[in-house]
Amino acid sequence: MSENRAHPGNGSDTGGDVMLIAVILVVGALWSLFTAARATDPLMAAHAVMFLVATVLGGFALVSHLSSGYVADRNAYEMGVVKAGVFASVFWGIAGFLVGVIIAAQLAFPSLLYFPDLAWTNFGRLRPLHTSAVIFAFGGNVLIATSFYVVQRTSRARLWGGLTPWFVFWGYNLFIVIAATGYLMGITQSKEYAEPEWYADIWLTIVWVAYLLVFLGTLLKRKEPHIYVANWFFLAFIVTVAMLHIVNNLAVPVSLTGSKSYSLFAGVQDALTQWWYGHNAVGFFLTAGFLGIMYYFIPKKAERPVYSYRLSIVHFWSLIFLYIWAGPHHLHYTALPEWAQTLGMTFSIMLWMPSWGGMINGLMTLSGAWDKLRTDPVLRMMVVSVAFYGMSTFEGPLMSIRSVNSLSHYTDWTIGHVHSGALGWVGYISFGALYCLVPWLWKRKALYSRALVEWHFWISTLGILLYITSMWVSGIMQGLMWRAYNEFGFLEFSFVETVEAMHPYYIIRMLGGLLFLIGSFVMAYNLWRTAKGDIREKEYARDAALAAAPAE
Amino acid sequence: MSDKEIDEPTGVETTGHEWDGIKELNNPLPRWWLILLWISVVWSVVYWVLMPSWPGITGYFAGVRNHSERANVDAALAALDAERSVQMQQLLTVASIDEVEADPQLLQFAMNAGASLFGDNCATCHGAGGQGFRGYPSLVDDAWLWGGTLDDIEKTLHHGIRSTHPDTRISIMLAYGETGAFSADQIDDLVEYVVHISGRDADMEAVARAETNFVQLCAACHGADGKGDQLQGSPDLTDAIWLYGGERKDLQETLYYGRAGVMPHWTERLTDEQITALAVYVHSLGGGE
Repeated sequence: MSENRAHPGNGSDTGGDVMLIAVILVVGALWSLFTAARATDPLMAAHAVMFLVATVLGGFALVSHLSSGYVADRNAYEMGVVKAGVFASVFWGIAGFLVGVIIAAQLAFPSLLYFPDLAWTNFGRLRPLHTSAVIFAFGGNVLIATSFYVVQRTSRARLWGGLTPWFVFWGYNLFIVIAATGYLMGITQSKEYAEPEWYADIWLTIVWVAYLLVFLGTLLKRKEPHIYVANWFFLAFIVTVAMLHIVNNLAVPVSLTGSKSYSLFAGVQDALTQWWYGHNAVGFFLTAGFLGIMYYFIPKKAERPVYSYRLSIVHFWSLIFLYIWAGPHHLHYTALPEWAQTLGMTFSIMLWMPSWGGMINGLMTLSGAWDKLRTDPVLRMMVVSVAFYGMSTFEGPLMSIRSVNSLSHYTDWTIGHVHSGALGWVGYISFGALYCLVPWLWKRKALYSRALVEWHFWISTLGILLYITSMWVSGIMQGLMWRAYNEFGFLEFSFVETVEAMHPYYIIRMLGGLLFLIGSFVMAYNLWRTAKGDIREKEYARDAALAAAPAE
Repeated sequence: MSDKEIDEPTGVETTGHEWDGIKELNNPLPRWWLILLWISVVWSVVYWVLMPSWPGITGYFAGVRNHSERANVDAALAALDAERSVQMQQLLTVASIDEVEADPQLLQFAMNAGASLFGDNCATCHGAGGQGFRGYPSLVDDAWLWGGTLDDIEKTLHHGIRSTHPDTRISIMLAYGETGAFSADQIDDLVEYVVHISGRDADMEAVARAETNFVQLCAACHGADGKGDQLQGSPDLTDAIWLYGGERKDLQETLYYGRAGVMPHWTERLTDEQITALAVYVHSLGGGE
């Protein structure tokens, strides 16, 4: 893997990248200087200052890069930005899981970390920090890193746009920092998974367009006749997320120098737009993007061909077409008209098989190599990930059925469902990809330790199982308690009694999350030692077969 | 570049494409997968025909079943109301708690309704069992600020205490320290006085100094003997029950800053029948008079 067998460059980059980045930095610096001086609220001033610092640092980095006289090898792949993405992924992953454990503990013990004078320690501020950190910071960096890696290798082309991929990486992570500090300070537009305010949204739009250009540009100069299936999924993810992000964040700022804005939509239209966005964030960010990862890393690691080309075409197009209509199932039994609920529900049912097409292609790719599950914990992690994907894409359509939803909605069952997808599918396929990427990128023969991967796998699998089973029990119990009537038709339980009943399950959930977090520390250590070039000698010496055929 | 080959372990032909060493097999779509896909599509189409589904220009297709979830909810609520109407009517006309207690069926109904209403509306402040918290009176003892008969409780529920209702029950423990009416020393003396009349050891010299102030000011509401007055909602200072704590520090705070807890009025949220049922339930918690 290490040497570049292909000759990916074709010298078509124009040098416009430096000019474009310089313009963005200068305009950004002027805007933030103006806004910092004229801000109508202190929160906006704080963010403007942070943005100013970022643009100044970016300017320094650009100037020092240009003056260093460094000339990139146009015939080599751009792997530096992928390495940076791996670092960021591990960092944000641990941060996001840690905040998750903290808020799980706060739910079990409400007075924990409750300081009336420190608003940022409240559950309400930390919860969006957790969701955004794991989805957008961890997941987003994994997607940027893997898509940049995969599109180069499968197109035999260097990333398009010179320094633009670096702008995408740093710009995206600046967005993450703006979003995260905003939540802690209390800036939110109160849209789930789209909490950042208008100026952060505009910045993300600029970064995302650059991402799309880099990806498309690389595909256009590919040296392969066809576009590999992983890249279809990555491209669908990038294009659709751009559309979702822009539409759901259409808003009117109260002042151009203030942090607050109001959504363009009102009432049930706003709710429907939000869940059209929210559900497709699951569909295109957390499903399509990570299917792209699966389609490269599983066949690569199993050293087997993809099971069915035809299935990949049919399930790709059916997934893309059907997913976008499923959002209304988040609004059953609300002000949303019943006909829209019906459509959301039926499209979710029809989505079942298109989702499973990815699972079949992932699992059946192991035909002829099932024995590797026993010896290769990284491959096993990715295969278990696909199994969790299959489970949660069955559970999703089930929960979208209106009568099932009347029991499950607003309960912990939803939380359990989300986490079987998030921890099992997204988490494990990402960990698998990171375990593959680090030895490949740093040109190491093998991971520092396979035994540590085994530990990571078993600790975090136990954690996921504790998490999702406790939330199933707690969620279904909660739903049943809410709808329990006595013989006179009066509610059997008060709300506070249902809260009390969930306490033990909240503790189990917290422990599950803690195990998942511990597993991620084990991974970080293993990856760090691998990148340094260390090998756990006794482990490889003991097993001659492994020593002779290390991971690539 | 079409190098189709037969994959060895599976015996399936590849498509001839290759990317970074990854090939693809030319397997057909799994039959069970395709069948389930079509079943889910057909099921959805049938569902669209039966249920409200596709929108048009001026409305939407209502479905051949003419199903409406909203109409179902309205019907279910109407049926429940009809089922309960007899007891609800009775509750509307009861004059005293004895009347309810004399009719076991009505009592059971009122207790069930009251318990459910209490859990959803009252437990937040008064506790799930009505045990109360600091600042939120216990409803299980027989110390009543505004009276513990069925009528008293109903009136409190209807109008609230220091609420926004025009007929609200109202009285205020003034902020004697903050307003400068009493000096710090005078407050300390009064605290000793209250400690004394509530049956605890106190500094008797301070008690003597406070007597004039107590009689002239405090007694107006709390009575000369400090036993309170339910007509004014003023608490009994001689028992061991304290809404805001009975330690010297708590009493100092009460005298310095005053107290004026609020209970909202429920006329707009609950019906008259519901309020009666709730009053019966609260009355039964232990302290009803």
